[in-house]
Amino acid sequence: MDQVLEYTPIIIDGTITTIELTVASAIVALIISFVVGLSRFSRFVAVRVAAIVYLEFFRGTSAIVQMFFMFYVLPLLGVHLAPLLAGIIACGFNLGSYGSEVVRGAIQSVPRTQHEAATALNYTSYQKFRYILLPQAIPVMIPTFGNLLIELLKLTAVASLITISDLTFMAQIIRVQTALTLEPFVLIMVIYFVLASCLVAITDFIAKKISKGRNLTIRKGI
Amino acid sequence: MNWSWNVVYDVLPQMLEGLVITIQATLIGALVAYALGLILAILRMSKSRIISLSTYWISEFIRRTPLLVQLYFLFYVLPDLGIFLEPLAAGIIGLGLHFSTYTSEVFRAGIENVPTGQWEAAKSLNYRPYQTMRYVILPQAIPPMIPPLANYLITMFKETPLLSAITVVELFNAANIYSNSHYKYLEPMTLVGLFFLIVSVPSAYVAMWLERKYQRRYSRNS
Repeated sequence: MDQVLEYTPIIIDGTITTIELTVASAIVALIISFVVGLSRFSRFVAVRVAAIVYLEFFRGTSAIVQMFFMFYVLPLLGVHLAPLLAGIIACGFNLGSYGSEVVRGAIQSVPRTQHEAATALNYTSYQKFRYILLPQAIPVMIPTFGNLLIELLKLTAVASLITISDLTFMAQIIRVQTALTLEPFVLIMVIYFVLASCLVAITDFIAKKISKGRNLTIRKGI
Repeated sequence: MNWSWNVVYDVLPQMLEGLVITIQATLIGALVAYALGLILAILRMSKSRIISLSTYWISEFIRRTPLLVQLYFLFYVLPDLGIFLEPLAAGIIGLGLHFSTYTSEVFRAGIENVPTGQWEAAKSLNYRPYQTMRYVILPQAIPPMIPPLANYLITMFKETPLLSAITVVELFNAANIYSNSHYKYLEPMTLVGLFFLIVSVPSAYVAMWLERKYQRRYSRNS
């Protein structure tokens, strides 16, 4: 264990990289979730079809394949991405596809009468989403988004395979340099567990805060 | 960068061999996940608080740490403790163990969703515990479980490329090995993506069809 403690600085570096990667790709994923999720309600067929193609493409292929594609194939096509950027885009685009389904499902779960009421009041579709549908749909999304956030944190470990020096990458370095196996891997598992537990606590807090005073039953996700 | 069909013909046989390994890993891994998941669900519902709480935290630990790190653990740490596993066996155990924590929630929800009246009816008919489960509870609990379990099968299929990190030559790794030795990335990586799309998009629609089918029957009965 003493030998592993010598590597504390790179473990801290790795933890910071993992957190950066998680936060940055969470923001990308969140934006994509709403853009793609709301596109599913567009009145233009082309927009709806594009959203479905995006969804099926990123949900249907493996995250690791997408990452390798961005890291090895895009440069051949003339698009050069730094490893960290490739990791953020791959993680964000992948989780964004799952998130878009959450957004779509939550909006569809708003009772039909609310949609009709908005139409009856002659709301424009911007007003309908802004004042009627989204305020009711967002609290429903939070618990599932919380689960997806944990999936995202775990997904960032895969980014170590495209040379991003996150926690998993650092554990491999320690393993190679010290020939220790048990200590580095147990150590990073504990760090991942603590990080994930923080994410759980944050989403639980937001869910509680947002549902306070509203007559909502929030289902705990998977 | 031009697409070359010669590369495609060259790499395809190796990829098909890899596909066989991928399917093996998915199916056996799923069986492990279902069996272990059922055990975890039963332990979780145990009347003893110690058993149910420790099962809960063990599952949460497995669920909140990345599969990749768990695979490294099985692959690098176990041999040091005197347990030697083939890479594929380690991969299957890793996949099964990781997803058993997800399937256990499906089993638990399925069993808990059977109304208490049914348990009481079985009791009043003097059924033995085995009879209660076999003739009353499980026939009602299993159909709603089928769609989520099918979804996890698809998820596991998409996670199998992670096994490449512990030297299993499955679909993705077969393509990657070819890419690295011939320095051709475009065709193999695109093909891997296509393979995944071809399998997982139709199966996602099958899963959705299952969901509609069982949901309808479930609501009619209740």
